[in-house]
Amino acid sequence: MASLMTAISFQSVNKTFTGARGAFKALDGVSFDIEQGEFFGLLGPNGAGKTTLISILAGLLQPSSGQIKVQGLDVQTQSAQVRNILGVVPQELVFDPFFTVREALRFQSGYFGITGNDAWLDELLDCLGLADKANHNMRQLSGGMKRRVLVAQALVHKPPVIVLDEPTAGVDVELRQTLWQFIARLNREGHTVLLTTHYLEEAEALCNRIAMLKNGKVVALDSTSSLLKNASSNVLRFKLDAQLPPELAAQARVTGRIVQFPANDAAQIENYLAAVRQAGLLAEDVEIRKADLEDVFLDVMGAAS
Amino acid sequence: MRGWQALFYKEVLRFWKVSAQTIAAPVLTALLYMLIFGHLLEGRITVYDSVSYTAFLVPGLVMMSLLQNAFANSSSSMVQSKMMGNLVFILLTPLGPVSWFAAYVLAAVVRGLAVGAGVLLVTVWFAPLTVIWPVWILVFALLGAAMLGTLGLIAGLWADKFDQMSSFQNFLITPMTFLSGVFYSIHSLPPFWQQVSHLNPFFYMIDGFRYGFFGVSDVSPWLSLALVGGAFVLVAALALHLLRIGYKIRG
Repeated sequence: MASLMTAISFQSVNKTFTGARGAFKALDGVSFDIEQGEFFGLLGPNGAGKTTLISILAGLLQPSSGQIKVQGLDVQTQSAQVRNILGVVPQELVFDPFFTVREALRFQSGYFGITGNDAWLDELLDCLGLADKANHNMRQLSGGMKRRVLVAQALVHKPPVIVLDEPTAGVDVELRQTLWQFIARLNREGHTVLLTTHYLEEAEALCNRIAMLKNGKVVALDSTSSLLKNASSNVLRFKLDAQLPPELAAQARVTGRIVQFPANDAAQIENYLAAVRQAGLLAEDVEIRKADLEDVFLDVMGAAS
Repeated sequence: MRGWQALFYKEVLRFWKVSAQTIAAPVLTALLYMLIFGHLLEGRITVYDSVSYTAFLVPGLVMMSLLQNAFANSSSSMVQSKMMGNLVFILLTPLGPVSWFAAYVLAAVVRGLAVGAGVLLVTVWFAPLTVIWPVWILVFALLGAAMLGTLGLIAGLWADKFDQMSSFQNFLITPMTFLSGVFYSIHSLPPFWQQVSHLNPFFYMIDGFRYGFFGVSDVSPWLSLALVGGAFVLVAALALHLLRIGYKIRG
C-alpha cells in the first residue's frame, strides 16, 4: 500500500511484447516505491526493461498487467493529472526541426496550458548552458545541446516528479557536470528524481536509493550505502601485459590491461598475487581500493544469472 | 491559452515557416492548370448555359487545391512527427484526444483556406466570376477542409512511413479529387460514370462549393451538405476513436 508520501509506486507491473518471433516478457512483476524527495537510481544492463518501465510510467506504453501510481494517481485512469506532475526526459535524442530552442520551450509550456513563463524558461536556459542558443534553430545544435533542450522541455511545467532516461548517454563531461548540478538543486528543492544511467559512478554519487533490474525483474533494491556495505569490501587492481591463466581469469574482471579481483581480506589478496607470480606474470601498478557501485552491480548481475 | 491552442498554433507555424512549399507551390500548380486547360478548352466546352468554361474551372481549382492541402497538412505533420520521434513531446502532455483533433484539423483548415484563397486570387483574373451564395461557398470550404484535414490525421496515424503516406495520397486522394468534377460537369459523362461519380464524396464538396458561385449545380446543395456533413461526422468519430485508443502512437 502506497503511503501519502510516495512519489511513484510500481505495483506488480508486467509487460509482454508479442512479435513475429513470439512473446517476450520485458517486465516481470516489478514492484517498488519511490518516496517523495528521493533521488532514485534505476540500473540494469541493456534490455533489462528500464526504458519499458519508464515508458509505462510516462503513459507511452500500456502495461500487460499491474498498476503504477504517481503521487497516488493512476497513470492509466488519471493520465492527464499524472502528466501534469511528471517531467520525462526521453532517451532518444529527438527534436522538432521547424523551431528554435525558445519556440520549442514556449510550445511545450503551452501544451500544459502555461503562458508567460519566460522567466522560468530563461532560468532553465541559463542553468543548462543554453542561454546563447535560445534563438538557434534546433537543427543547428550539436547532439549535446539537443540533449540539454530535451531536459529543459521536460521541466517547463516545474514537475514535482522528474524522470531522466539515460540523460548523459554520449554526452561530454562538461554537460554532465552542468546537468547534475542543476538536477541536484531541483532535488534539494523537493523534486523527486528517477534516473536511469549506465554511468555507475554517477548513480553512486547522486542516488540515495537504487533498484537494479535484470531480465525484467528487480534483483536488488536498497539504499546506495547498504548496497556498497554488503558488497565484497575491497578490490585488488593491477595492470598486466600478458593473458591470465584461465582458472584465474574466471575469478577476475579484465578490462584491457586492467585486472580486478574482489577480495575480502589480506590473505585473499596475497593468494591472488602469488598465483599471478607463479604463472610467471608481472603485475604492475598494484593497488587495493574500496568496492564501488560497479562492483556491486556486477556481483548482483552475476548472482542473478 | 489552452493546451490545444498551443498545439494548433504550433501546427500553423509549422507550415507557415515553409510557406513557399506549402502555400506558394500549390497556388502555382493551380495557375498552370488554369493556363493550360483554360486556354485549350475555353469555347469548346459548355458546362452550364450561362457560365464560361474558364469561370467554371475557377471554383473547381480552388476547391481541389484546398482539399489536397488540408489533407497534406495534417498527414505530413503526423507522419513526420512519428518518424522523427518528436511526437513524444505531445504524448507526454495532458492534451487529450479532443485537443489533438481540434489542433490538427483546424490547422489543416487554415492551410486549406490559405491555399484556396491564393488560388482564387491568381485565377479569378481569367474569367468574370459571380458570387451568388457566399454562405454556401464558406460552408463547403470549411467543411471540405475539415473533412480532408480529418482524413489526413487518420492517414497520418495509420502510416508508418512516408511511402505509405504518399500511396494514400497518390492512389486515393488525388484520383478522387480529379474525378470529382473539377474540370468537367458530371452531366457530360456517360450515365454509368455519372452514377460512379455520385459515389465519390469529393464530388459533393466541389459541386456544393460551385453552387455558391453560380447558383447552379449538378445536385442540390442541401443534398451535398447532408452527405458531406454526414461523412465528416463519421470520419471525425473514427479519428477521435483512434486518438483515444492511441492507435499506433501509444503501445
